[in-house]
Amino acid sequence: MNLNKILKNTFIILVVSLVLTACATKKTSTTSVSGQMQGDTYTGTDTVKELAKGVPDRVFFATNEIVLTTASRETLRKQAAWLRKNSDINVVVEGHADERGTREYNLALGERRANSAKDYLMTYGISSDRISVLSYGKERPVDSGSNPLSWSKNRRSVTVKAN
Amino acid sequence: MLFRYLFILLILLPIKVFALIEVDITRGNLNPLPVAVSPLDIDKNSKDNFKRILKKENLGSEISAIVENNLKQSGLFNPLNKEAFLQEPDIANLKPRFEDWNLIKAQALVTGKVTFIDEKLRVEFRLWDVLAGKEMMALAFTTVPSNWRRVGHIITDKVYERLTGEKGYFDTRIIYISEEGPKTDRIKKLAIMDQDGFNNKFLTLGNELVLTPRFSPTNQMVTYLSYFRNLPRVYLLDIETGKQEVVGDFPGMTFAPRFSPDGKKIIMSFAKDGNSDIYTMDLENRIVERISNHPSIDTSPSYSPDGKYITFNSDRSGYQQIYVMNSNGKNIKRISFGNGLYGTPVWSPRGDLIAFTKLHKGKFYIGVMRTDGTGERLLTENFYQEAPSWSPNGRVLIFYRESKTNSKGEGFSAKLWSIDLTGYNEKMVETETDASDPSWSSLLSN
Repeated sequence: MNLNKILKNTFIILVVSLVLTACATKKTSTTSVSGQMQGDTYTGTDTVKELAKGVPDRVFFATNEIVLTTASRETLRKQAAWLRKNSDINVVVEGHADERGTREYNLALGERRANSAKDYLMTYGISSDRISVLSYGKERPVDSGSNPLSWSKNRRSVTVKAN
Repeated sequence: MLFRYLFILLILLPIKVFALIEVDITRGNLNPLPVAVSPLDIDKNSKDNFKRILKKENLGSEISAIVENNLKQSGLFNPLNKEAFLQEPDIANLKPRFEDWNLIKAQALVTGKVTFIDEKLRVEFRLWDVLAGKEMMALAFTTVPSNWRRVGHIITDKVYERLTGEKGYFDTRIIYISEEGPKTDRIKKLAIMDQDGFNNKFLTLGNELVLTPRFSPTNQMVTYLSYFRNLPRVYLLDIETGKQEVVGDFPGMTFAPRFSPDGKKIIMSFAKDGNSDIYTMDLENRIVERISNHPSIDTSPSYSPDGKYITFNSDRSGYQQIYVMNSNGKNIKRISFGNGLYGTPVWSPRGDLIAFTKLHKGKFYIGVMRTDGTGERLLTENFYQEAPSWSPNGRVLIFYRESKTNSKGEGFSAKLWSIDLTGYNEKMVETETDASDPSWSSLLSN
């Protein structure tokens, strides 16, 4: 009986702590119904192209953010490895924002995102001479939808060959 | 040459009469003043000549229709139906029978006459106070016939000024970005039109992306952002000669340009290595000065009309907010403290207010606040709208609005809208194509 009671109490505590954990992390770790967003950062592959075989060309950002996610850093390390092997190729990193911001601020935000990716490529040994940045602000969305998933696809930086 | 100057050759009978009629433009006007715009009188010879040159059946009626439309669009006046008019244009212009105009409830009456003299267009017009039975104003001027639409706008400006006590905004133009094509691949062109949507012209071909054109207070020049050769830089364009040159040729993106109130400098953002700060360039000696220096985004600068202060947008507090500083970059103060994000501050030509775009809980607002940030007033709410630009008299704002697309991503549109400072008289401004980034010129004739 005693053991039974202890187990029961433990179970209640476990349930409570699970609920608490869920509440505390709700904002940052909710995965969208579609399974294509982590928080509001796009994690899908719909719009992703290849810079080279097995090297994705783009990374995605949360609203108003320039911070690179773990997945973004992995993508950029692949880009850097490929660029090291192909030292004759230069790239342009294009920075983009979603449509939910004023045009001029978004131009600046796109420039920041592109530089965030550029800086990471540079820490993996790519010379800044080989990387130029170009901000399009919200001028070149890939998805024309007016919903959070579409916007998440548009908040991106894309590495394209310059030569 | 795209635009010809209009010469005011003669001013007739500037009689001062104390007006009984007065229109208050400081409040939303729910009872617009009933006004009768009599078709301008025209003799047979003049009529035939203008018909030959301008292909207009009756230039007198055409010009009065412009005046009528302008007055109606202002929301302050209610032009009466011409079919109710009892007096013929020629007699009305000489000596109106005030009883007749009173009978149809007109409180003000505009009459006039157009004549063809020496290949020129001569106009005279009068404004009458119907209740007092007196002439309030009489003016005449001569111009080239091709300026006939401007004649209508100038008459409106004079009538507006006489009845409201403030300068008008009708003889003005709007420069904007014309948009076409799918949302993911928009073709954007620089375009210019009269304030009422007529005389639309495209100034670029759409080969490169162009954004955010702004008029100089001197009206000959426009500054804008062009992606020519994929290098986003600030350009200067002379709209009379079509000559354009890059002014923000810095080692990085220059954007968000505006003129200083004297038209001698361009203030803009320069972005390099992930940081945007504010700079000015003197157009005469090309000296560049750094105004702000902060690791955050500083953009959308706009001078106060006396040139002493600059309002701008910065996220130095973590999110987009509006700041004011001295024109030398000193004494930076945050002025927006309401809920939400604030962008695109633009100083009123009257100096007392700053218009802005606000994002709060997924909605976009156009609003105004005093220059110290107090008295915030939101004028209009929508899914997406931004970039207010003031009419030269500081009474009307023009901005653009984008629509929400459907579940398939279809149905996107961008349109120009205007609203009175009072929050009344909100309406779409018709354009040939979709449109965004409007900038209002100052008065062409002063």
